[in-house]
Amino acid sequence: MSDARSAILAKLRASRDAHPITPPPSDTTVLADKRWAPEERLPRIRRLMEAVHTEFLDATEADWPAVVREFLAREGATTLLYAPGTPDGKTLAAATSPLPPREREGTHAEHGEGEGLSEHDSNPTPDSPSPFPLRGPLPSPGAGEGVHLIPYDRPVETFKEQLFEGIDAGLTSTLGAIAETGSLILWPSAQEPRLLSLVPHIHVALLRADALYDTFWQAMRDNRWAEGMPTNALLVSGPSKTADIEQTLAYGVHGPKRLIVVVIA
Amino acid sequence: MAEHHGTEAPVNFAAASKAALLDPQLRGNFRRAMDGLMTKRAVQFADAKEWHDMRALAASVRLRALSKLPELLEKLEANCTRNGIQVHWASTTDEANAIVLDIMKRVDAKLAVKGKSMVTEEMHLNAFLEEHGIEALEADLGEYIVQLDGTMPSHIIMPAIHLNTKQIAHLFKRKIKEAESIEDAAYLTGLARRILRQKFMNADVGMSGVNAAVAETGTLCLIENEGNGRMCTTVPPVHIAFMGLEKVVETLEDVPPVISLLPRSATGQPITTYVNMITSPRKEGELDGPREIHLVILDNGRSSVYADAELRDTLRCIRCGACMNHCPVYTKVGGHAYEAPYPGPIGKILVPQMEGLAKRGEMPHACTMCNACVEICPVKIPIVEIMGRLRVEAVRPGDAVKDSGAQASKTEAMVWKGWAAMNASPMAYKIATMAMSKLGNAAPTGLPLLKEWTSVRTKPRFASRTLHDLAREKGIPDV
Repeated sequence: MSDARSAILAKLRASRDAHPITPPPSDTTVLADKRWAPEERLPRIRRLMEAVHTEFLDATEADWPAVVREFLAREGATTLLYAPGTPDGKTLAAATSPLPPREREGTHAEHGEGEGLSEHDSNPTPDSPSPFPLRGPLPSPGAGEGVHLIPYDRPVETFKEQLFEGIDAGLTSTLGAIAETGSLILWPSAQEPRLLSLVPHIHVALLRADALYDTFWQAMRDNRWAEGMPTNALLVSGPSKTADIEQTLAYGVHGPKRLIVVVIA
Repeated sequence: MAEHHGTEAPVNFAAASKAALLDPQLRGNFRRAMDGLMTKRAVQFADAKEWHDMRALAASVRLRALSKLPELLEKLEANCTRNGIQVHWASTTDEANAIVLDIMKRVDAKLAVKGKSMVTEEMHLNAFLEEHGIEALEADLGEYIVQLDGTMPSHIIMPAIHLNTKQIAHLFKRKIKEAESIEDAAYLTGLARRILRQKFMNADVGMSGVNAAVAETGTLCLIENEGNGRMCTTVPPVHIAFMGLEKVVETLEDVPPVISLLPRSATGQPITTYVNMITSPRKEGELDGPREIHLVILDNGRSSVYADAELRDTLRCIRCGACMNHCPVYTKVGGHAYEAPYPGPIGKILVPQMEGLAKRGEMPHACTMCNACVEICPVKIPIVEIMGRLRVEAVRPGDAVKDSGAQASKTEAMVWKGWAAMNASPMAYKIATMAMSKLGNAAPTGLPLLKEWTSVRTKPRFASRTLHDLAREKGIPDV
């Protein structure tokens, strides 16, 4: 294998030196010129993302946990996976009370191992992989009371099956959004695992209205991403979709069927 | 499997394309799809200045990467290694397959799921793994359909574009136990979702391609709409990524122009649903993500393409597939007629260089040289110039391309020699044109050199007097 390496590199080097390439300068003016007035950014993001079936909710720092909970209740979602160690996760857990009797303290990050997930293992796992109706009718009033918070607080290997088959929604923060393309910037971490935004059928993402960029290029420059990329960084511009069957758009092919952006003013 | 040494039997594009042309279902499926894609792309580039400047930028990014290719590959390797990604190099597809099998055996893999990767099509990786008892499942919906059908992708972006909903519903009914006869894209997509999520959950290894590998940070960028790429690169404990050695870019800031032009050119989307940037395996304290990431850097003829100052522009390609969507040949015959991993214009210049002109000598001729592909290529590859060059290489013995001169023909060489002699002597020219004007119409259409032309065309009528005669009559003097 190292033979292949040295053979390939030697050949490339000899070829390049025999016929060097002088590339034209990379003029990034076209990227720098993509600008929108601050008040235009959010409407543009909304329009672009709604065009690919993203849904938006408006909230404030004070009421977003209630807005999320009400939304999930209304949609018949009963389980919400979240990141207990993040500031948003802590806010959510603190605001989610009174808890149904079976929930108790399992939702607090500090309690960590031994609680949280395992506590929910006794809950019946829905038969269908999509246990909530897609834009379906309102569930019975009582259902709304019981949105279970499930902390993502242990390695995925210990609860893969539950993650894939027993969870309706996942909540993540974002680093902001991009006006040019209508994209959320996700920056998963040890506290906020990668699969939170991928496996649950509904992805709920919190977007602070003051964290809007013009372009992907601007976001990576302003925040000097090149100096330290995380394990995984993502742009997410809508729910999972495909047009592989006769170019007919279908949503929810492998990842989330629905993407809900909660804009926190 | 994919052994590419020695000269191989030529692939007969003409015969395969004839069959495709006679298939009205296929013609209709492609026509509809390609018209839609061209329209959607045009909407993305309505602003001519933005298109011009973005394209110049993307082309400069790709050229700069090629200008420092060996150094950037070393830097990529160093940074990936620092990040915990294990880098492997393969000169041939056989070597690449052996690397994969090694990893699979070490982790005792039974099931591997794969996101779209054209490099693995070059490797015939699925078949190779299956020979070794490992289930290799395509997870991109289009690729999944094609795999169920036991065929090849007919387009690099939309693998199952040759099938319509009805055909796919029948296929699912035939191959999937729980499938019902419902000819509806949403139903079929939902069914595939149920089956594939089980596979993601249970897979031992996830595999993917790479759209751009960033030397500066050791980051692998993947774009996709479905989420299968994210599943394959996040859920299984091991991730193996495959890239052609040309896929490297110098800096992270080089990614946005490429990632912008690719989906806009390919499908007319402003951006794909997911832009996935992977820089390391699971770190201490992280709760998910693969524990191992392997990057396989494949040559498979690319370093030979790079050796030629003119042909190396082939390596700028970012695999958007727009050239296919706009090609008057591809849009009529579809991807299967090429019997190659890369069909259409880019395939016609890339595959002959990879697999040799003995096997692929027909490909550069399957082109009208209309230049449509060149006009829409987001990285300005001079496809038609390269096509012309390959036609020359096909008949000129040498070592510029694998099997150069494979199509050299004594008859053709004699005809051109005669043609040159005729045009070099005024007397010979006069006699020849005179003879054609007097006798040309009498020549039967079945004459050896004429036959192929007249088999699908009417023989032109020769004028009874030559152009020179007519000019002289008007008083225009001979020079």
